[in-house]
Amino acid sequence: MKALEIRDLKKTFRSNFLLKKFPVLKGIQLNVEKGEIYGFLGPNGAGKTTTIKCIMGLLFPDQGEILVEGQPAASLAARRRIGFLPENPYFYDYLNARELLFFSASLFNLPAADVRDRVAALIHQVGLSGHEELKLRKFSKGMIQRLGLAQALIHNPDLLILDEPFSGLDPIGRKDLRTLILSLREQGKTIFFSSHILQDMEMMVDRVGIILKGSISREGKLSELISRSTQYYEIICSHISEKELAKIQAHFACRDGQYSLTLPSDADINMAVESIIHNNGRIVAVNPVKMTLEDIFFNEMRPHRPATTGDSR
Amino acid sequence: MKMKIKAIAVNTFKESARNKMFYLLVFFGILFALSSKLISFLTLGDAMKVLKDTGLAAINFFCILIAIFTGINLVYKEIEKKTVFNILSKPVSRDQFIIGKFLGLALTMLTALAAMAGIFFLFVLVNGGGFDLMILLYFFMLFLELLVIVALSLLFSSFTTPILSFIFTVSLYLIGHIMWTFNEFKMILRDPFWKYFTQVLYYLLPNLDKFNIKNEVVLNTPLSPWTILFSVLYALAYIPALLAVTILIFRKRDFQ
Repeated sequence: MKALEIRDLKKTFRSNFLLKKFPVLKGIQLNVEKGEIYGFLGPNGAGKTTTIKCIMGLLFPDQGEILVEGQPAASLAARRRIGFLPENPYFYDYLNARELLFFSASLFNLPAADVRDRVAALIHQVGLSGHEELKLRKFSKGMIQRLGLAQALIHNPDLLILDEPFSGLDPIGRKDLRTLILSLREQGKTIFFSSHILQDMEMMVDRVGIILKGSISREGKLSELISRSTQYYEIICSHISEKELAKIQAHFACRDGQYSLTLPSDADINMAVESIIHNNGRIVAVNPVKMTLEDIFFNEMRPHRPATTGDSR
Repeated sequence: MKMKIKAIAVNTFKESARNKMFYLLVFFGILFALSSKLISFLTLGDAMKVLKDTGLAAINFFCILIAIFTGINLVYKEIEKKTVFNILSKPVSRDQFIIGKFLGLALTMLTALAAMAGIFFLFVLVNGGGFDLMILLYFFMLFLELLVIVALSLLFSSFTTPILSFIFTVSLYLIGHIMWTFNEFKMILRDPFWKYFTQVLYYLLPNLDKFNIKNEVVLNTPLSPWTILFSVLYALAYIPALLAVTILIFRKRDFQ
């Protein structure tokens, strides 16, 4: 059984006055396996938040099915299994962190005896120790984000759905959150999150789904998507003349007394290396330059972008 | 289920109770009720009657203001500030959310009314009015009226903006106190369609005058227990009906 299954999800919005239809989701299809970190990637307006709101029952899909461990996502039983952090979360600013977590716990009917320990542990886990009694109106954006994660974890859910969890966090906060998400996977939890920050996603996710204009344009294991896509090889060398380098049919550039040669992925690397050594050159490094998630993302984006934007990738 | 509704109700109460506007309106309600003493000095006739009349009117006015302002703002703010996402994404049904909000608002109104009524009771006692049970009955009926108003404002705030909710609620409040004119229209109108239409409106719109027993309290005229019983039954039927409509609207709502 999948942790999350979305089948043919469609959603249309209407403008207020003319009732003109705007299709936002055009048949989203995705599967999230138990225990994995799934990255949901897409530019602004692609439909990430709309998909997440449909999962959480905040929007009603026009068509399609969403299942959480085999149960309809809109059911209360399914929502007991999910911890949710909305995009740019906003909480009751007249409460303090502890009060908010107790309030969240009361919506799950958790036994009062367990809640006290759980709240204390979560406050410590998300790095808000010492701020328990501070009113939320005095919290920074990063602190709100951390608290949002704590309230999503209050009932120890199996599946975490995080909408842009890295938004508003400083580098330390991002690193802490990455560590926390990875530790949650270690505990067997499934994490589905959307993000614009590709580097963070690349460092954590097992699988990725790229959503563009309301449809999934690419989905798969990150390791497969990237390993399939070695772009070129880079040889760094020194103590060799440009005249000799020109004989190797490769593009090269000089920086700080060292040369960087770029060879296509199907080129004969051994021959190039031998040629450099034969001419008394020194090999500093040979790097296979693989495709990054960013490259994959921009390649997928290219057909959807206006030509004038001139993306070099 | 009960625990979730209770949690939402208590949180709603906290939200209202931590709002400065709430305290300001309660304060002015008390101030105006106490200033009825001044008016009684300036008026000829039974001073206690004037004191009760103006004091109760002041409490009534400020309680209605609190009911309308808190009612129209709370649900709208939840949606506008997206705090509703944090509740509805948990195993809480939309029905539980609306019922919890209503009970929280009812608790807020009870607190405001109790504060004003308690001080006014003491004030009447100090001024030689004795312990008047009829005043207690007046506050009970006012509380029922406040519950109807809160349910009305909750209904409007579930699908429209605070300004429109305010206009709709105030309009229905005013109409609700002149419902007797609908019966008169029925006598005057000859066209059967308009007669029927007026009749439907008479039963559909809130008849808030049923909760107004101020004249009987101030003038000490007898009040039939059946009138009170009928008003209580009316509130017990009308409030759930309003909540049911609110829930039906809220169940269908998309939160973009």
